[in-house]
This record gives sequence, C-alpha cells and structure tokens, in this order.
Amino acid sequence: MDSLAYVREASEPEEAPPMLSRGLLAWARTNLFSSIGSTLITLGCIALVGYSLPQLVAWAMTHAIWSASDGAACRQHQDGACWAFVIAKWDYLRFGSYPVAERWRVDVVEAIGAALIVWLLWINAPQRGWGAFLFFVVYPILALILLRGSSWLGLPIVDTQLWGGIFVSLLTAVVGIVFSLPLGVLLALGRRSTLPAVRLASVMFIEFVRGVPFITILFMANNLLPLFVPERWTPDRLLRPLAGIIMFSAAYMAEEVRGGLQSLGRGQYEAAMALGLKYAPMTALVILPQALTLVIPGIVNNFIGLFMDTTLISVVGATDFLEAMNNAIKDPVWAGPTIMVTGYVFAGIFYFVFCFGMARYSAHIERVLAKGRK
Amino acid sequence: MDPARARRSSWLNDQRVRGLVYQTLLIAGIAALAGSAIYNAVINMRARGIPMGFGFWNDVAGFDINLHLINYSNLSTYGRAFWVGLLNTVLIGVICIPLATLLGFVIGVARLSPNWLLSRFALVYTSLMRNTPLLLLLLFWYNAVLKSLPGPRQSISVGGVVFLNNRGLYLPMPVARESIVWFVGAVLTAVALAIGFRAWARRRQDRTGAQSPSALVAVALIGGLPALVIATSGAPFVFDIAQLSGFNLKGGLQIVPEMAALVFGLVTFTAAFIAEIVRAGVLALPFGQSEAAGALGLHRGLSMRLVVIPQAMRLITPPLTSQYLNIVKNSSLAVFIGYPDLVQIFAGTVLNQTQAAVQVMAITMAVYLVVSLTVALALNTFNTRYALKGQ
Repeated sequence: MDSLAYVREASEPEEAPPMLSRGLLAWARTNLFSSIGSTLITLGCIALVGYSLPQLVAWAMTHAIWSASDGAACRQHQDGACWAFVIAKWDYLRFGSYPVAERWRVDVVEAIGAALIVWLLWINAPQRGWGAFLFFVVYPILALILLRGSSWLGLPIVDTQLWGGIFVSLLTAVVGIVFSLPLGVLLALGRRSTLPAVRLASVMFIEFVRGVPFITILFMANNLLPLFVPERWTPDRLLRPLAGIIMFSAAYMAEEVRGGLQSLGRGQYEAAMALGLKYAPMTALVILPQALTLVIPGIVNNFIGLFMDTTLISVVGATDFLEAMNNAIKDPVWAGPTIMVTGYVFAGIFYFVFCFGMARYSAHIERVLAKGRK
Repeated sequence: MDPARARRSSWLNDQRVRGLVYQTLLIAGIAALAGSAIYNAVINMRARGIPMGFGFWNDVAGFDINLHLINYSNLSTYGRAFWVGLLNTVLIGVICIPLATLLGFVIGVARLSPNWLLSRFALVYTSLMRNTPLLLLLLFWYNAVLKSLPGPRQSISVGGVVFLNNRGLYLPMPVARESIVWFVGAVLTAVALAIGFRAWARRRQDRTGAQSPSALVAVALIGGLPALVIATSGAPFVFDIAQLSGFNLKGGLQIVPEMAALVFGLVTFTAAFIAEIVRAGVLALPFGQSEAAGALGLHRGLSMRLVVIPQAMRLITPPLTSQYLNIVKNSSLAVFIGYPDLVQIFAGTVLNQTQAAVQVMAITMAVYLVVSLTVALALNTFNTRYALKGQ
C-alpha cells in the first residue's frame, strides 16, 4: 500500500524579524518613544537641540572672527565669538608677564613635567619607581632652578610677580600634588596610628582644613604666614598661596589614602608581620604600594578638584589662567561686547578639556583595577 | 628576674617605650613650631603696630554694606558687620540648599530615565558642570550676563511685574494687609486637615484595603479654604511692584545681581554633584528592588518614589550632607563678585581696615569649623540610627 507521507526536505526561507523588534526602529521605540510621556520628552529634546545647536555653531564658527589685529572687527560683528582676541592674547594667557626671551624655560619645564606625568599615570610603564623619584624629588628642584633662574648657571632671575597664565595654574596644581601626596600619606598613616598623640594631631589637622573654605586657607597663608616667621624670612608672594594649597590638598589627599588603607584586608598586615617586617618596611613595601594603587582614581579626582581650585589663588594676588583672562578682557584695545563672553567660554573649554580628560583616565583606571581584583 | 631573659630584648625595642618617645618628639616638635610662630607673631605685630586683642570688635566700622538683614549703617561696629556677613552667608545657604537639592534630584532621576535622549542631556549637564571651575561660572553669570544687561530705563520686563536690569532682579513684594491673620489661619487649618485626612486614609487602607483620594482632598482643602477666606475677607496682601522713578527702579523686592549670580552659580554647580550622588545611590540598590516594584504593578514614577528612593536615601544622605557643607563653604567665593558674605566683609574689609589678621581669621575659620563639625556630628548620629541592621 502506498503510503502518502510528506517529508519536508528544505526549510522555509527565514522571515525577516518583525520591523519593531530589531534594529534602529526597535531601539528608538524602546529608548525614545516607549510611552506618551517619553515621546513628548524626546520631541522636546529634539526641539531644544534643533533650536540652539545652529545658533551655537553660528556663534562659535561661522559668524566668529578668527583673525584681527584689534577689537574693531569684533565690535562690528557682534553676533559671533571673537577668537582673534584669544589668539592675540595667547602668549599672555600662557606665560603672564614672564620675559619673552626666557619663555623657553617654561616650555622645557612643562615638557619634562608632562613626560613624567605620563610615565607615572601609564599603569604598565616600566620602572615607575624611578619615575616617582624623578617626579617627586628631582623635578621640583629642577623646575625651581629653571623657572626662577640662577645667576650661577647664567639664567637671569625672573621675579615671581611676573609669573602668570596657564603656566602658573599648572605649576600650582603640580606643586599641590607633589607636596601634598607625601604629606597626605603621612597624615593618613598618622590617622590610623596606634599612638594617641599622633592620631590626635593628624585628625585635628585633617578636620580643621576640611572644615573651612579654601579661600580662608589662602587668606591665612597670605596674611598670617608672614607674621609667623621672622621678618627677614617673609615668604614670596607666590609661595604663600602655594603653601596654602599644599596644606589644603594634603588634608583631602589624606582622606583619599585612608580609604585605600582601610580597604586592604588585615591579612596583608598580618602576613607582613609574620615575615618579620617592622612598621617602616611593612608600610613601605607591603601596605602603601597596594593602597596607593587602589586610590589612583581618587587621587586623580582630587587632582581635578585641585586644578579647578587653583582659580582661587588670584584672591591673594597671584595671576593664574583665569586671572590672566580677566586682565586680558580689560585691555581697551580689544574692548567690545563679545570679548568677555568669548574669553570666559574659552577658559571654560580649557578647564573642561583638562578636567574631563583626567576624569576619563580615572574612570578607565578604576575599570582596570576592578578587573584585577575580581 | 632571670638575667638571661632580661637580656633577650633591650628596652630600646619595647613598643611602648618607642611609642612614648615618638609621641613626645611629635608633641615637642608641634610645641616648638607653635611657640616660634607665636613668638614671631608678637614681635611682628608689635613692630607693625597691629592690635593684639579683640578691642576692634566695638569700634565703628565706617563702611557701607548694600545687603543687610539686620540694622546696619556705616556708624555700626565691626562686631555688627560680622553678624551682617554671617547672616548673609546663612541666607545663601538657606536659599541654595533646597534649590540645589530639587534640581539635583530632578537631573539625577533624568540621568536614570529610560529615555535615552533625556539621560544624555542630563549626562552632558553633569559633565559640563563638574569639569568647570565654580569661579568661572560665577564670573560668567555675574560679569558676562547680569552686569551686561541693559540699565534700569531699558529694563527687561515680564508683564510689567518682574523687571531685570543690571542692578538686579525686581520681583513684586507682597505687603501684608490686616486680613492676613485669617488667611494664615485658613492655610494652617487646611494643612492640618489634609494631614489628618491622610492619616485616617492610611489607617483605613491598612485595615480594609480601600484607597481614598487623599492627594485630591489635600489639594481641594489647601486650595479651597484660603480661596474661601480671600473671597469673604479680601486679599491677604497687596503686591508692591517696582516702578521707574528717575534713573532707577523704586519699590518691589530687589535681588542684587551679586546675589542672583551667586545663587544661580552655586545651585547649578552643586546640582550636578547632587545628581551624580542620586544616580550612584539608586544604581547601588539591587535591581531586584525596582523589578519587584514593577511586579507589584507600580509604574516607574511610583516605584521610584515609594521603593527605590527611600532605600537609596541611606546611601545618598552622607555625601548629600557633604554637598550641603560645600555650598556653605563655596559661598565664600562671593569675595570675587562682591556679594557681602562673611569672608568678603569680615576676612576682607574688616581685616584690611583693622589689620588684626590673626583675630579676624581665627573668628572666620571658627565659624565655618563649628558649622562643619556640627553637621558631621549630626551625620554620625544619622548613620548609626539608620545603618542597615545585621550588616
């Protein structure tokens, strides 16, 4: 008997997935138009961008003045930024009143500093210990000699009153980190010490500094420091805010490092002690290398805050980048209604690029470290 | 004691002895530092004729302050100027903290929104604010925006009621009339009734499961009762609107540009940090919590309000408090735009006039320290009370 069986040998051609469940359309449906409220929000956002973005582009690019020798062109075209002003003032914004013939010294110091920072922040770089030694010990001395000058080496002395601009902002931040990190480590160790007097002194310093605004620390450094030392040692006008920033930043650094110390397990201490290490070698060889690596993201975030706080040193008469910008804006040759906005927007872009870059780096390191600890 | 045992370790290696030696050295070092600082300070202050005591406190200040919450004139004392500055600092804190919290929570929740565009907008906002110095924001709002507005004669006016010019923002000032007593009474009664109804509705829901429209009732009560009073006894206050007289606006509630810039800058800046704290706090909560809320049929808004945020508050509160402290501390940036806060008046003008740097700085820092330490103490109490039990 014939059996009437049907065996299918080839499968039906696959149908495309439903339009609304894959691809761009589906993504838009779940992420942009999932509900009436969401749709309204999306349309509102698109309207906002559609309204403001063209104006912003026109202001910053197409209607902007890119080259001019004075403010006349910018006064004529008030619907765009006056980048020519920033370009014309660029040297002043970078170096302040540092003598033109000596500015190569600033460039050299900045280049060396940048190289050393890359060395330290590149987490797989070889010989980072040497990098740290160079950055924290050799570099400050070299930078001081180069920037200030030395008659012995034939470099003319440049008075700190002439220093200014981006270079002073960077200098302040780097001085802050170079001196505050070791100090902060000491304070953090002191705060976790078993000796009551050491602990009390550390806690008092840290809580005092963290409890008052940075401006009052700057005022204190500026007004009180000269009173507390013999008259012939009266500190330089730029040295005072630097002392203030070191003190301020050390307290915050200490709390950051303390976090790292606390996150190490007891086993690390016990293992080090079982090996017969005393306090100093245990701390230097076992505890700190681990704790400091853990808090690199925190230290970088602290540095971002420090960099933004350097804008405040102008309150005691130092010329940082923002103050240099304020001075440049007041130049009557360039006076015009668009100058101030242009200047501040440029300063904003400068700080943003710097800080955002560091923040990205810190987030990246955090991910790398988290991977290693899993 | 057995001599062999005594020789095994020298007293030099005794931990306790070493500890004592280190601590003595530290204390001696600090004492020497402090001693020499005081010694030099006394010599230097004598040489420069700087007053040593606090006698300046009762001297006539001789300068004007354009914003004072208590009576003050240039004939008042330095002590009075201190209180004016302190109150102005407090004023900024009182205005900024609620506004920054509100804006911060809104942006933080927007950052978590399932709407991709909205979440990106919030991300751009927080990144921009967190990576720009506060001082730059303040200078921008003060110099480039508020000070560049037209003069009083060309004020920007909103409906002839609100005016904005380079001397500040002029809002209508409510001036109370006699019937205000009835109005306030009506508002208080309405609020009390609404709370009472809500409590009753809660209990009824717990008992029977039946829900009552307590929100609607509250709106009806708080809106209706005062409206009834206004209808019977007339408006509780009249508005004093600013008017142009000569070259300036007179009347109304004037908010000086220094204050407007400071409030605006501080609120927008701090809100970004608060938004990040809210986001981190919510994300730290196990996802099961919002899934469970969804499984119970709560939509996103309700699940946020009733399930997620209350639990996340435990994580959010400590960093939020330190942001509040930051607002108070950052209000000292007022110096740069001339808002008369504690630092600007006291550590600025008074210090320069009296030259009593040590005393003035000690008082100023003590004020901030007291605020910070009090808040830290309160936070510790909060943490011990609300810490998760059994963890």
